Order: sequence, then structure tokens, then C-alpha cells
Amino acid sequence: MKRETIINLVLAALLLAVPFIAQAMGQTFTITLATRIAILALAATGLNIALGLGGLVSFGHAAFFGVGGYVAGILSAHAFSGEPMVLGFEGTRQMLIVWLVAITAAGLLGLLIGVISLRTSGVYFIMITLAFAQMVYYFAISWPAYGGEDGLSIAVRNQFPGVNSMRPLNFFLICYGVLIVGLVLSALIKASRFGAALQAVRQNEVRVASIGISPMPIRLTAFVISAMLTAVAGALFADLNRFVSPSMLSWHMSGELIVLIILGGTGRLMGPVAGAALYVILEYLLGGLTERWQFFLGLILLGTVLFARGGVIGLLAGKVRHG
Amino acid sequence: MLLDVQDITTFYGGSQALFGVEFRMAEGEVVALMGRNGMGKSTTIKSICNLMPPRSGRIFFDGKETLRQPPHKVARLGVGLVPEGRRCFPNLSVYENLVAAARPGRWTLERVNDLFPRLAERRDQMARSLSGGEQQMLAVGRALMTNPRLLILDEATEGLAPVIRQDIWRAIRTLKDDGLSILVVDKTLSELLPVADRCVVLENGRTVWAGTPDTLSAELQDRYLGI
Repeated sequence: MKRETIINLVLAALLLAVPFIAQAMGQTFTITLATRIAILALAATGLNIALGLGGLVSFGHAAFFGVGGYVAGILSAHAFSGEPMVLGFEGTRQMLIVWLVAITAAGLLGLLIGVISLRTSGVYFIMITLAFAQMVYYFAISWPAYGGEDGLSIAVRNQFPGVNSMRPLNFFLICYGVLIVGLVLSALIKASRFGAALQAVRQNEVRVASIGISPMPIRLTAFVISAMLTAVAGALFADLNRFVSPSMLSWHMSGELIVLIILGGTGRLMGPVAGAALYVILEYLLGGLTERWQFFLGLILLGTVLFARGGVIGLLAGKVRHG
Repeated sequence: MLLDVQDITTFYGGSQALFGVEFRMAEGEVVALMGRNGMGKSTTIKSICNLMPPRSGRIFFDGKETLRQPPHKVARLGVGLVPEGRRCFPNLSVYENLVAAARPGRWTLERVNDLFPRLAERRDQMARSLSGGEQQMLAVGRALMTNPRLLILDEATEGLAPVIRQDIWRAIRTLKDDGLSILVVDKTLSELLPVADRCVVLENGRTVWAGTPDTLSAELQDRYLGI
């Protein structure tokens, strides 16, 4: 078995084990931290498909994360109040339906943003994705029906069939399960012909054209899949906090997702998980010592970029797979 | 007629490289595109693939005009290119390089591996870590995986060790026997002429001679190829 595979399995097992140990010790807060790691890892896994495999540095993935969150919040709010939405739909508190709507909404938004932004590359692509995300952010702020700047509360966490999602360990297991599905999807994409073509497009567009591949549809598909996965993470994040606000849509969030990937290892399957774990643990440990904990995060990020470009996974598993 | 290049002129910015190249290729034919360095062979190939679109003239592939088609559509029509300098995807494995290009047809991964058994041995190795010869085999294999009707080889054996060259030429002969149309640019006349059905000679961006290899006299070789 390859060293990276062993590290991946250990990491997955650790993330699963910690909440059970915390439950046994009565430390509910640790379960919440692990849940946060799983959700952020899922969002970053989504972005990693576009960024790690496709080389698309999207600085607007907060839009998809936030759309997922707002879908969960809005559907839940209507289901709770009984006030009908458009077309008489009364909202829902079922996570599976929430995820489906979030995936559809983010997919359509991803398609719109992708069709326009993927005509550019480099810094222009970064700026256009950022601009779109900011447009969604300001739209949310100026939409008083759903809380505007104050955000929207979710009175009771959405439901999952046969599971009491209000119990922290249960909710963690839901998030962990979705993360595993996301990781398997990501691995399948990477191993597929589509994944090979996506990575080839990243390496050389002209060369790819000479073997009959048009870069645009490949990139657009990756971008849309990436948006959909990030939106599911957004819906779970809203359920975790039982609150959704425009901060989920802000450019800080987009930056945070990129930081997670760089810390964990760009293009590595478990890079987002390692990055999210490191980020959340640092936030918890250093955040307890100083309000300026992000200064230290900055130093770690600098060190990663300068000395460990494969991130945590690259450091542990050796040879960088994607240069 | 599989390929019909009609009086094309191509420019690099303001500098004209082709002044009227024309030749035709039938299905199943192997054509050697010849000429000294800088005479327009690679530019002609880039023009056929529309990687360097001609400013005037016309190119037909299987009766379809290619000039207004983007490069990926020209490739999908059935033009498989092995570019000069073995340009693989360095950060993809041998397997990924091959499957990324795959299109349905007679050429499958198994057949490519049969043609170049070394590629099967190096399946999971990164393309950047292959030897020059192996990279060239990969470049040919990748072009074959697109199931082309016309394979274009631009200096496929340049800079390779003699043993590896023999492997490449053996593969080219196998492909010819298989009925594949091949447009080949190469400096090794001793290998090129026996495999070619016809030769097209370029000088200063113009077609100056075309004929069968047996009519390419020593005098013509001396005049146009500088040998």
C-alpha cells in the first residue's frame, strides 16, 4: 500500500475516532470541532476539484458555500413558520431535500459564473470569481426578508431520516458520511478519463487541443461539480451553527478555503481534510491564547508555501504529486 | 483524397513563413515532408492542425475545410499530431496521458501497449520521469489513442539513441502496414525513404518538388536537402 494511502486512512480513522472518545469523556465541544473540520474539509474538497486538479484558483467559492447555507436557512425558516415560498412551496426541514436544492442552486450559479469567468485565466479568473461572490454577498446583505446583514436563524436543526440530528455525535456522523462520499467522488474523478483530461488541460491548453480535447467544457464541468459539493458543505455548516449570515458569502470565506487546501496539500485527496483539521485546531488552540491567532496561521502558511509545497500530506507522504 | 493542402500562406506575426505550400495525400499513404531546417515543415504541420492558422489558402481533410475549425475539432476530425520535442503531459502518469486522449476506435490501450511494451511497464510512472525514447513512444501512443485517420509525426526520432530510433521506425512501419495514413517529417533519409510512398519537398516556405522516393535523385537531394 502506498504511503499516502496509509496516511489518508489514518487521517480518516482519526477524524472518526475523536468524536467517539470525546463523547465517552463528555466533551461535546470537541465533537463540534470535529464536525466543523468535516464540513470545512468537504467544502475544500469541492474547491480542490477545481483548484487542485483543474488549476482553477477560484476566489469565489464562498458564493456556493453561502448559497448552500442560505438554502438550508430559507427552506427551514419557511417550514418552521408555515409561510409559503414561491409556487406555494412551504419549505422543508429534511436535510436530503435541502441538499438537493442546494446542489441544484449552486450548480446553476456555478454554470453562470463558470461560463463567464472561464473565458479568462490567471489573475482575471481570480478577480471575476471574486466579483461574482461579492455580488451574491451584497445581494444577501440587502435582502431583508431573510435577515439582511443580521443573518437568519435556524430554530431547530434540519432532520435526517431515522437519525436525531440534534445530538452532536449523530450530526457529526452525518457530516462525516457526506465528507466520505465527497472524497470518494473526488477520488473517482481524479482516476477517471475526465480527471486525466482536466489535469492535462491544467498543464497545457494547446497540447490538449491537439489531442481533440476542448478545454472549456472540461473546466466548466469541474467548476460546476466543485460548486455543488461546496454548497452541500454550506448547508451542513448552516445546520451546525443553526444560523446563516452573509459572512458565509464573504471573500474571507473563499480565502479560508484556499488556505485549507494549501495547508493540507493542493491536489491531494486528503489535503482538504488535513488542512481543515490543522486550521480548526490552530484556531482553537491559538485562539484561546490571543485574538491575533491568524498572525501565526500566516506564518505557518508562509512556511508551507516556501518549504512544504505539498502541504501536510506532502510533508508526510513525500514526493509532490502535482507540481 | 484524405488531405488536400492548397496554396497556404502562414505568418508568425509580421514574418511570413509559408509562401504557398500545396500537396495532397490519399488514404493509407505515407508522405514524407522534407526540406532543410527552417524551410517550413513544422509550420506546415501546425497549419494543418490549425495551431498556426494560415492567412490564405485552403486545407481540406476528408473533404471538410479545416481552416475555420478550432484545433481540438481538427483533431476530432481524425488528425493525430506527435509534435516536435515529445510534448507529453509531464505531471500525468503514462496511463493518464493515454486515457486523457482516448477516443473510441481500433486503437485501444491494449493495442498501444502491444506496439510499445515499455509503456505498459511504465504505466504508473510520471511522464516527466521517462527517458527521451519512452516519452516519444508515449507521444506516439497518445496520438494513436485519439484514433486518427492521419498521423502526423514531426521529427519523431530526433535526438534519440539509435536503438530507440529503430523501435520508433519499426512502429511506423507497423502502422503503415496497418493502413494508417502518415505524414512524417524526419532527417534520417535512410529510414524515411523506404517507408514513404511519396515525398514533398519544401524550400523557403514553398512546395518545390513532389514525387515518389525512387525519383528523388541524388542531385535533388543535394539541391534541396543539403546532403
